[in-house]
Amino acid sequence: MTYSLFTLAREALRGHSGWRPAWRDAAPKPDYDVLIVGGGGHGLASAYYLAKEHGITNVAVLEKSYIGSGNAGRNTTIIRSNYLLPGNERFYEKSMQLWEGLEQDLNYNAMVSQRGVLNLFHSDAQRDQYARRGNAMRLHGVDAELLDAAAVRAMYPFLDDANARFPIRGGLLQRRGGTARHDAVVWGYARGADVRGVDIVQNCEVLGIDVANGRVTGVQTSRGPIRAQKIGLVCAGNSSRVAAMAGLRLPIESHVLQAFVSEGIKPLIDGVITFGVGHFYVSQSDKGGLVFGGDIDGYNSYAQRGSLPVVEDVMEGGMALMPMIGRLRVLRQWGGVMDMSMDGSPIIDRTPVEGLYLNAGWCYGGFKATPASGWCFAHLLATDTPHATATAYRLDRFASGRLLDEKGQGAQANLH
Amino acid sequence: MRIPCPFCGDRDASEFVYRGDASPARPSSPDAFFDYVYLRDNLAGPMREHWYHAQGCRNWLVVERDTVSHEIFGASLARSCAP
Repeated sequence: MTYSLFTLAREALRGHSGWRPAWRDAAPKPDYDVLIVGGGGHGLASAYYLAKEHGITNVAVLEKSYIGSGNAGRNTTIIRSNYLLPGNERFYEKSMQLWEGLEQDLNYNAMVSQRGVLNLFHSDAQRDQYARRGNAMRLHGVDAELLDAAAVRAMYPFLDDANARFPIRGGLLQRRGGTARHDAVVWGYARGADVRGVDIVQNCEVLGIDVANGRVTGVQTSRGPIRAQKIGLVCAGNSSRVAAMAGLRLPIESHVLQAFVSEGIKPLIDGVITFGVGHFYVSQSDKGGLVFGGDIDGYNSYAQRGSLPVVEDVMEGGMALMPMIGRLRVLRQWGGVMDMSMDGSPIIDRTPVEGLYLNAGWCYGGFKATPASGWCFAHLLATDTPHATATAYRLDRFASGRLLDEKGQGAQANLH
Repeated sequence: MRIPCPFCGDRDASEFVYRGDASPARPSSPDAFFDYVYLRDNLAGPMREHWYHAQGCRNWLVVERDTVSHEIFGASLARSCAP
């Protein structure tokens, strides 16, 4: 079923009785050309582009719970392409371009809203650093504007720019950045993949990966064995556990990241704002709640829940930036398990096991990458060569020294 | 989380700096450094980890903690643990 003004009007006239489920809840077949392990945004996008761009439709997406139940349903929905390093910038800009055409491509309202992402800076040194990043973006043909303090004040007069310790000196603005509706992205990709013949298999946990003579032959799941020519792992925080089933150790640690949403209020923040001193970023959802988050808790965790010291730290960041939110009540708080790579950048590559491919290491920046991650992983699965925008995301870069350390923190996962 | 520091007693985890898995040991051969620096078992379940009591006795501890439930089973001084 194609969604359009016409179908909406038709359904309105017949009591909305004609809507059908957007995708089939498929049972697994015994054999596939490609298996995608992980039914989050990245996994479903990979399956969608495999079918659409490469014509490979004998594909199943295996999800241990329901699709979008992991980090795809737990993020702060920000999309942007404001990176410094060339290896990152070309990839995230590819993602931004895919976001810009996503809804027409999927025929699904993903609520992509290019409302602007503003990174605030608070000192001369930080301004220089942000100017450098903005220049790097513009050299890649990406929009970036350096705003002075007066321009920031005109945009967001409620920010505490007179803060004596951390005055706001300006900001780096990417107007094409913004937000998207996380669940709709999952559902849109699932629908697009399903209609092209991809099986979306939920409640199907992978329990083992079969390897014979250095080559994958299939997986053991909670719904029985499934054979496959190629297997793509897109397991986010559980990447290490699934890769271990094939005997691999990854340069990844799993950490918990929390996010928060406040009670709904009238329109206040029409973009995305990031604090440049503490770790705090905020936007406002279309329902009116402020959606905000901060840093990872900093210790290994698979718990999908965080601890109170980080809650306090995030709230302090928010209060320092915009003191008027002190009267606002937090409605919900949640945690997701991040696959923190050792240099803070992702991995989209083959593995030493023939036929086994890895898409992991997204740290806390995976949502914005969803379209390009799927695009590049599908390209890798179909052609066995990395996509031109993802050539830096090699698994062997840690051994060869070609790290992609955007934040410059060195090989310590919890500092990225 | 409260960490039972052998020197200071039960202290809030925010007093500590986290260093990660305590099992990798500094190798003598340069070839083994890639493994030591970058690869992790990334266990889900009980794990021995290094925590530094920065705002306390400034001892390095080995803490056994469950990464799924956050339950802490015990802590000892790192210097008293076999590498």
